[in-house]
Amino acid sequence: MERREFLRRAGAAGLVVAGSALGAAWLHDPRSGAEYFRDEKAKKTRQLKSYRVERRPGSLDLAVVRGRNPEQMMRAGLGDMGGIGSFIQKGDVVVIKPNVAFDRPPALGATTNPEVLKALARLCREAGAKQVIVADNPVNQPEGAFFKSGIQRAAEEAGATVMLPKASAFALVKIGGQVLDTWSMFFQPFAQATKVIGVAPCKDHNLCSATMTMKNWYGLLGGSRSQFHQQIHEVIADFAHMMKPTFVVLDATRILMRNGPTGGRLSDVAEGNTLVIGTDMVAVDTYGYTLLGRDPDKLEYLHKAEARGLGSTRWKELNWREIQAG
Amino acid sequence: MRITHIRIVSQIFFFLLFSFFAFVTQFGYLKGYPVSLFLEADPLVAIATAITTHTLYQGLLWSLVILIPTLLAGRFFCNWICPYGTLHQFIGRLFDRRSRKERLESNRYRQVFALKYYVLTGMLVAAAFGSLQVGLLDPISLFSRSVTLSVLPTLDMATGWIYLQPFLHQLAWVVGFLLFFFLSANLLLPRFFCRVLCPLGATLGLLSHFSLWRIDRDSEKCDNCELCRERCEGASDPQARLRKAECVVCLNCLDDCPRDALSFKMLPPPAREVSLPDLNRRGVIFAGVTGLLFFPFSRSSGDLTKNFRKEVMRPPGAVAEPEFLARCTKCAQCIRVCPTNVLQPALLEGGLEGIWTPVMNMKMGYCELNCTLCGQVCPTGAIQKISIPQKLGLGEFADLGPVRTGTAFFDQGRCLPWAMDIPCVVCQEVCPISPKAIFSREVEITDRWGKNIRLTRPYVDPKLCNGCGICEHECPVKDLRAIRVTAVGETRSRERSLLLK
Repeated sequence: MERREFLRRAGAAGLVVAGSALGAAWLHDPRSGAEYFRDEKAKKTRQLKSYRVERRPGSLDLAVVRGRNPEQMMRAGLGDMGGIGSFIQKGDVVVIKPNVAFDRPPALGATTNPEVLKALARLCREAGAKQVIVADNPVNQPEGAFFKSGIQRAAEEAGATVMLPKASAFALVKIGGQVLDTWSMFFQPFAQATKVIGVAPCKDHNLCSATMTMKNWYGLLGGSRSQFHQQIHEVIADFAHMMKPTFVVLDATRILMRNGPTGGRLSDVAEGNTLVIGTDMVAVDTYGYTLLGRDPDKLEYLHKAEARGLGSTRWKELNWREIQAG
Repeated sequence: MRITHIRIVSQIFFFLLFSFFAFVTQFGYLKGYPVSLFLEADPLVAIATAITTHTLYQGLLWSLVILIPTLLAGRFFCNWICPYGTLHQFIGRLFDRRSRKERLESNRYRQVFALKYYVLTGMLVAAAFGSLQVGLLDPISLFSRSVTLSVLPTLDMATGWIYLQPFLHQLAWVVGFLLFFFLSANLLLPRFFCRVLCPLGATLGLLSHFSLWRIDRDSEKCDNCELCRERCEGASDPQARLRKAECVVCLNCLDDCPRDALSFKMLPPPAREVSLPDLNRRGVIFAGVTGLLFFPFSRSSGDLTKNFRKEVMRPPGAVAEPEFLARCTKCAQCIRVCPTNVLQPALLEGGLEGIWTPVMNMKMGYCELNCTLCGQVCPTGAIQKISIPQKLGLGEFADLGPVRTGTAFFDQGRCLPWAMDIPCVVCQEVCPISPKAIFSREVEITDRWGKNIRLTRPYVDPKLCNGCGICEHECPVKDLRAIRVTAVGETRSRERSLLLK
């Protein structure tokens, strides 16, 4: 064998040997157990920031607006609270979270009234928001729910972008609540968000009696979220801990009085002709519960949230006003 | 421009059209496109369902658009329109490494090509008894099914462009590998599926017996070089007496003949053709007897009657099981359009005859209350085109009540509030009926530590339940759900009803 040939072949063999050894050393994991068994805390999680804004002293915390025209009601309510400009500034990326859980027409009161959503999105655009994103992770099939609830169309008409819960849009989020520590969440809309607004219908609920602005955040979570029912009141209080929105709107233009949260008959729905706008979700929901004709003293999650300092059930002690508009 | 170029344009056009329809067959894009047009224009689906049901359902009249020209000009469909044929031709060409000699040999007529006529015979005899099995191999049904169950999910896995959330189908791998197998067979024998198995090709081959035009060879000009066979798609022996039933009118031979001895001619002398497929009586009798025995053998399993399975929950609007099996062509259009992924291809749940027919699997999805898309795209009426009021039993349909696809039952040994004192009632929350078909009773119980707790325990009201299965779908007991829908109580059959009234 020629020397050159010997060196070539020996060199090739040597490279493969060295490559195998280096590869094995690089891939070698001395720990026992796979990813799944390791510390949950070591997993990469995302965090939601607070979307609250500094309020001018003396400005309104809670506006109860009566009327029949959602756009005029929204303008009047937010106007009295210092104007939409006191919440949203030029260049903001605003996420609006309606309740689009079910593929129902608006008249059945199971989803956010599209007129209310449209008014809100339009006001955000007028205040100079760069982008308004409308997002929810419905119980029913997402495209159908956004279409039949009228939310898709309302968002488009107001110049907002609908973001649907694609599988790739979810991420593990650190919640740090009493029950929910980390959970899979429809996070994509929040990646660039600077402001967040919740706009929830006022509805009866079969297990926790009412679903309003606090429980509305349920719709952002993914994973095995049907387990939340096992400790529903603690979990709803965790939502108030998880999300610090810029403000929330309780859409009581229609009220789903019974057979909630789905409804299904017009006779389940009452006319509400009310919007409750506020920066304190606990206060808004406490007021909202009276619209269902029920006693807020008995709604467990309100008191759990209040006990954790997440809001106040004594809405009368806040700076509030009742407004007639449209 | 040569006529074969026009043919290629036609093939590309229809392949893209088929792909476009496959892509838009979903809630967000549907917008009234005639997405089932290829199935409706499929003469085999039309003829076979006409045999099983004695009617020609709605859009199946389109089949005349293929059938009549075939009677004039032969099997042009196979090489001008059929997207599955185009795919086979393309794959075969792409991987062709044959020498000219081998190619001439590979395009010689073979006895095995007669198999497709026996397949067709067996299927049509079964159809005469009311069992529609053509969909197993009908190229449009087979290709639709393959695209829905295997191709699109694979594309989505690679790109994420097809679905909002990934769609999954039981037995996708079987359908996927069958497609792969049929396409690979082109390497052994060009157009293996088209020449050997295709029952639609066989149907059109038989019909082309009557065709007025065909390829004709002028033996004066021909010097027997046999080059006409080099790219002959049908392997129909243009170099000799043309086998009319095998010719797919690709017209390559017109291009390839160096002496212009071939032409596509009206009414050439019958002596220069083999006008019928090459069948023998024993083979036909054997195929016929197979089809004949298929019916009693499969029906005597009792899968349609006493032994019907709880899993055989058909989509809303589906006709009663015997008629369903007479109509369903296994094309999977309903499975494609279903927005929740609840529709799944059956293997043997519905018996031997029900292979690839749609059943609802509530672990995969649930039936969306305000949705009747599956019936809208069904080309054969196995699932009827019902309206939302009809499905829900509203207005003029109030007397008939809702269309039920089954009934939900609790498994109290697995239900959290029933078996483990843990609050839940997600089933009740998501029940879309008003008043809810799942109701609850509040109980005060003493738990194992002596503490008094209040619990809400759910029940089903069978008078209200329509079997949509969203309760089962959302149940947190993920493997064997604590509430499950089974087929009993379905509207489409008096025998499978549950309540007296």
